[in-house]
Amino acid sequence: MKELKIQKAEGKIIIRNGRVIDPANKRDEAADIVIRDGKIESIGKAGDPDPKAQVIDATGLIITPGLFDMHVHFREPGREDEETIETGSRAAAAGGFTGVACMPNTTPVVENQGIVQLVKSRQTSYCGIYPIGAVTKGLECQELAEMGDMFHAGAVAVSDDGRPVTNSNLMRRALDYCRMFDIPVISHCEDIFLSADGAMNEGALATRLGLRGIPNAAESSMAYRDAQLAALTGGRLHIAHVSCAETVDVVRQAKRRGIKITAETCPHYFTLTEEAVKGYSEMTRVNPPLRGKADVQAILEGLKDGTIDCIVTDHAPHSHEEKEVEFDQAPTGMIGLETSLGLCWTNLVETGVLTPSQLVEKMSLNPRNILKIGNCKLETGKPADLTLFDPKAKWTVEPEEFFSKSRNTPFKGFDLTGKTVMTVLDGNIIK
Amino acid sequence: MKWTKKDLLDLESLNREEISMILDTARSFREILDRPVKKVPILRGKTVVNMFFEPSTRTSASFDMAAKRLMADTVNISPKTSAVQKGETLLDTARNLEAMKIDLVVIRHMSSGAPHFLASRIKSGVINAGDGQHAHPTQGLLDMFTIREKRGQLEGLNVLIVGDVTHSRVARSNIHGLIKMGARVSVCGPSTLIPMGIQDLGVKVYYDLDKALAEADVVNVLRLQLERQKKGLLPSLREYSQLFCVTEDRLKKAKPGITVMHPGPMNRGVEIEPAVADGASSVILDQVTNGVAVRMAVLYLLSGGEGSISEAIKKEA
Repeated sequence: MKELKIQKAEGKIIIRNGRVIDPANKRDEAADIVIRDGKIESIGKAGDPDPKAQVIDATGLIITPGLFDMHVHFREPGREDEETIETGSRAAAAGGFTGVACMPNTTPVVENQGIVQLVKSRQTSYCGIYPIGAVTKGLECQELAEMGDMFHAGAVAVSDDGRPVTNSNLMRRALDYCRMFDIPVISHCEDIFLSADGAMNEGALATRLGLRGIPNAAESSMAYRDAQLAALTGGRLHIAHVSCAETVDVVRQAKRRGIKITAETCPHYFTLTEEAVKGYSEMTRVNPPLRGKADVQAILEGLKDGTIDCIVTDHAPHSHEEKEVEFDQAPTGMIGLETSLGLCWTNLVETGVLTPSQLVEKMSLNPRNILKIGNCKLETGKPADLTLFDPKAKWTVEPEEFFSKSRNTPFKGFDLTGKTVMTVLDGNIIK
Repeated sequence: MKWTKKDLLDLESLNREEISMILDTARSFREILDRPVKKVPILRGKTVVNMFFEPSTRTSASFDMAAKRLMADTVNISPKTSAVQKGETLLDTARNLEAMKIDLVVIRHMSSGAPHFLASRIKSGVINAGDGQHAHPTQGLLDMFTIREKRGQLEGLNVLIVGDVTHSRVARSNIHGLIKMGARVSVCGPSTLIPMGIQDLGVKVYYDLDKALAEADVVNVLRLQLERQKKGLLPSLREYSQLFCVTEDRLKKAKPGITVMHPGPMNRGVEIEPAVADGASSVILDQVTNGVAVRMAVLYLLSGGEGSISEAIKKEA
C-alpha cells in the first residue's frame, strides 16, 4: 500500500537543479529553490552547500507553481462512501495538485455560508480546498442562492454544475449579481430538452449501439446563450467542461468580442473519442459525452490558441456498485486527479500541442487567476506552493493504487509519461 | 463448422457462415413443429432462464416453448415478481440464478447493452431477446429465415423496412443480418424517426413510401409506439398513417408478389392496414411459427450442439 507522507515545514530546504517553469514570471530555466521555514527564500543559484540544509536533488524534474484543479466533486457532505475531502485531497496531492475548487452538488447542496464553512473546515494539509457555491437554492433553478454570503464565507465562484441554469432570466440575474463580488459564474452548458435521456454522443455510433444520443448543439447553444448574457450584464462567465468543436467556436468568438468569458476542458475530451464507448464500457459514460475526432481536434486547437484557458479533471467519484450496471443506468462521470498530469504531458506536451510552460498556465496560473487565488507565481517571501514532477517517468495507470476512494476511470492500463514526484504546500513536503 | 460463441448478443458480431449455420439448423427444427409430437430430448438436463424485464408475449412464449420442445427445464423471471422490485441489481440477480447451476440466460431488457454487460460477467451463455434500441438478433434471424422460406434466398433481394427506425432494435438486427447475407436494405419513415448516421450501416433512406415500395421485394413494417406523438416526434397518428401506413392501395403499385412482414405487436390501421396484415402477401404468422424453430436452433447451438441435427432428431424421434 502506497502512503503519502507530510514533512512539516521547518528549517532550510534546497531543491537543487530542477527545471523551474513559472509562466507568470516568464521563467523556464534550471534553478535552485531555497525554502526556509516554509517560505521561499531564493530562486536561482543556491550558493555554497549548507550542511544544515536538507537537499532535494531535482535534476531532471520540473518544478512549477502548485497545480490547481478548479473542477472537482469531493462528495462531502453526503456521499462519503465515494469520496471525502480528505481522500480527495490525497488523490489531488498524488496527482500534483496543491489546490482544488469543489463543486457544490453535495447533499446538502453548498447553498449558504454555513455549508461553505463546513467544506472549508474539512481541509487537510494535503491540498487547499476552495468551495464553489450554488447559483440557485438546491440547484433547483427557482431562486438565487445567497451568493454574497457564500462569497464572504470563502466561496471562490458559483455554479449549479451537474445541471444547467435552464431559466435564462435567472442566469442573467446570477451573472449580474456576481459582478458585485467579481466572481465567475461557472456554467454547465446543457440544453436538457436536447440532451434528454441521452447516454452518449449523437451520431452513427449511437445509432449502431442503440443508445440515445446527445448532440453537440445541446452544449454549444447554451454556451452561446450564456456568452450573450455575459455581454448583456458584464458578468464573468466560465464555461465548464467544453467537449465539442461548436463550443470552442462560441468561446473563441466571444473572446474576440471582448466578453468576459473563460473556458475549461478535461483530459478525457482530448484523449478519448466516442469510440471508447464501444462494448458499453460504463466507465466511459460522462456528461457531456465523449465526442468525435473532429471535436477532439477542435479542443486541441482551442487549447493551443488560448481559447480554452484551463484543464480540469471534473473528478467525479462513483461507487463500484452504482457504476457497474447497465450503461444507460450508470451515473455519469469519471475520476481524474491521479491521471490528469500524465494524460496532459503525454497527449499535449509530448505531441507538441502545448509547450511545458503553456501546460503550466492551464493547470496552475489560469485557474488561480480566474478564481483569484494567490500563489500563482513563485515569489520570495511567500509560502512555498510547488509541484515537482518527472516528465520522463513512464508508468501504467492502475486504479487499485489510487488514493481516491473510487476507481471509476476509463484509463485503466493506459501507459503514460510524466508523473508527480512531490508537492509542496505551505512549505510542507507531501510525497 | 462448429459453433464457437458463448453468447448471442447481436447480428453485427456474427459472420455470414454463423448466420447461415443458425438458419440451416433452424430448418431442421422447423420440421419438428409440424409433427404430432413436437418434442425432442436434445437439451434434456439443461436449464434455460428467461429474464424479461420488459413486457413481451411473442418472444417470451417463443423462447419458453423452444426450450421446452428441446426438453430443457425453463425458469421465467419477470421484474414484477422478482427481487428487482426490492432493488436487486441485474448482475446480482443473474449471479444468484447462476449459482443454481443454469446453462443459458435469455434476457430482454430496456437498456441497450444490458446483455453485453451480463455476458462479460457470468459464465452461462447469454441470448439477447431484445435490448433497448440496440438489437433483437433472434427476430432478425427469424425474419431472414422467413424471407428465405418464401423467396428461396436472401442474396440480391430488396428489403424495405418501414416506420420508427430510431427506436427499433428489430430494424437494426434486420439491417446487419440482411446486408451480411447479401440483401439490399432500405428504410423509410418520418425523418424524425430515422436515426442519424443510419446510412453508415449500408442502407438507403427514403421518406416517400410509394417510391420506397416500388423497388421492394419484401416490406417489413415496424410497430409505431403510440407515445411517439406525445414526445413531439410526430404531429399525429392520423398524419403518420396517411404518409406511412402500408395499405392495399399502395401495394397495388408495388412489385407483384411482394412479401409483407411485421414483428408484432401490430397497431392495425396505424402502420399497417388490416386487409394487408391478413392478406395473401402477409407472412406475419409464419414469422411467429419460424421464431420457435430459430430459437430452438440458437438454444441448441449455444448449448454445444454440433453435427447433423437431422440425424440427431431422427434418432431421438
